[in-house]
Amino acid sequence: MDAFFHQVIAGLATGGIYASLALALVMIYQATHLINFAQGEMAMFATYIAWTLVEAGMPYWAAFFLTVAFAFVFGVVIERIVIRPVENAPVLAVVVVFIALLVILNSVTGWIYTYTIKTFPSPFPAEPIFGKYLTSHQGGAIAVTLVVLLLLFAFFRYTPLGLAMRAAAQNPESSRLVGIRVGWMLALGWGLASAIGAVAGVMVAPIVYLDPNMMGGVLLYAFAAALVGGVDSPGGAVFGGFLVGVLENVLGAFVIGNELKLAVALVLIIGVLVVRPSGFFGKVLVTRV
Amino acid sequence: MALLEISSLHASYGLTRVLHGISFGMEEGTITTLLGANGAGKTTTLRALCAMVRTEGEIRFGGQRIDGRATEDIVRLGVAHVPDGRGTFVNLTTEENLRLGAYTRKDKGAVEEDLARVYGYFPRLKERREQQAGTLSGGEQQMLAVSRALMLRPKLMLLDEPSFGLAPLIVGELFGILRAVNAKERVSMLVVEQNAAMALDLADHAYLIETGRVVLSGTADEIKRNDAVRRSYLGY
Ligand SMILES: Nc1ncnc2c1ncn2[C@@H]1O[C@H](COP(=O)(O)OP(=O)(O)OP(=O)(O)O)[C@@H](O)[C@H]1O
Ligand SMILES: [Mg+2]
Repeated sequence: MDAFFHQVIAGLATGGIYASLALALVMIYQATHLINFAQGEMAMFATYIAWTLVEAGMPYWAAFFLTVAFAFVFGVVIERIVIRPVENAPVLAVVVVFIALLVILNSVTGWIYTYTIKTFPSPFPAEPIFGKYLTSHQGGAIAVTLVVLLLLFAFFRYTPLGLAMRAAAQNPESSRLVGIRVGWMLALGWGLASAIGAVAGVMVAPIVYLDPNMMGGVLLYAFAAALVGGVDSPGGAVFGGFLVGVLENVLGAFVIGNELKLAVALVLIIGVLVVRPSGFFGKVLVTRV
Repeated sequence: MALLEISSLHASYGLTRVLHGISFGMEEGTITTLLGANGAGKTTTLRALCAMVRTEGEIRFGGQRIDGRATEDIVRLGVAHVPDGRGTFVNLTTEENLRLGAYTRKDKGAVEEDLARVYGYFPRLKERREQQAGTLSGGEQQMLAVSRALMLRPKLMLLDEPSFGLAPLIVGELFGILRAVNAKERVSMLVVEQNAAMALDLADHAYLIETGRVVLSGTADEIKRNDAVRRSYLGY
């Protein structure tokens, strides 16, 4: 029982990270109806920036916030320069652009930093909190995730800019008619998604270690999370993230073993697509005509 | 000075040309109506004014050229469009829809007053303020579209069939409200309306459009007395 409890809590810690990345995917999906396959590599690249800053002697939290700011700008720039030109292109063309972005980021990072695995520092103390159940890094990652999720929720729910971003994602034409600069809202969305991804990357790096392929598995879990929750539902993505994290850990520890953990994500993805394509919280749009 | 001057406006959807050189104008503070059969190009004319279709020709608003500018910049000059089909943000609440109408305004205090004011005009909307706007009835969404436009405190309102789907009693009320807003706040209005009789009662001026051209213009009273208009649009 104890071991089970331990796995559940560990699952919540990684689940929070999947939830963040899934949320980033959902944000882009809501605005563009496309899944950004490069979301994980963007997060990985930002994590390397954080590592560089810390190695250069910058205090951890300063490096953290600078990295998040960098990731935000990076997301905006990518939208403006890479995505904007293919805005009206066929879906397949855009998917190719996403995959190109993924490959380019991966190889550029490998070229700059090499593919050698590096350790990444955790800002949280080494001794466990809450007795044996939770390492401080796990506890800290959960806390950071929750803060990010709350901030995002408050931003979208209570600020005029957040409202405008939701409006632009849902109804671009009506948004223009109330004066919203829809193109910039999209770019902002990319910036936010990229910033969230950076937080996820920095939080997961002490666990999976830093290397250019570190986000491959994480992104797969995030896909699964987004699909389980319903790819157009931010709340669903968060729920899905925690669920996938717990399932991965519990099944990995007691049922299928660690080697097959990634299969959990794949089974979930296929299972959801076959059984319930709109996910648990996917919207059945309520509209009148 | 003329608030709006349109000269030889052409508009097309893809390769299909729909407006063939429309010219008309309207004075500040007035209400003008565009009449015409289905497919004449009324909606397209309103869309052309806010750069929602590709156009050629000249559009001046308050003396400035606005053709070629982006929709969101034209809105910032004070042009509010109640679009054909209502343009509801279906997943947002009624109140969020209204707040979006005031998105470009800086005077946040006055926005709260205006919110109270449109709720005064349409108490229905106040009752439904937290409801998802996509679940409002068609008539309620029409009230919402007009209210959203009012939230801009516009100089010019473009109204595309504002009475569409409204019960006769509510249409009367809506037109009363439009008249009051026009009189009290000197908001100019360009109205497209199926109900030609009501539109001509509301308006000062009228233009008749046929297949993308203005074929008749005059004061509302003159147009009302025109035989052809009476036969085709007023039905007596
Ligand atoms: N998106 C579009 N693509 C192609 N043609 C269009 C499009 N929208 C309108 N048209 C055509 O343009 C012409 C004018 O349409 P418009 O909607 O301006 O007419 P209207 O005067 O508003 O008619 P109604 O009274 O029925 O609303 C019509 O012949 C219509 O078929
Ligand atoms: Mg029309």
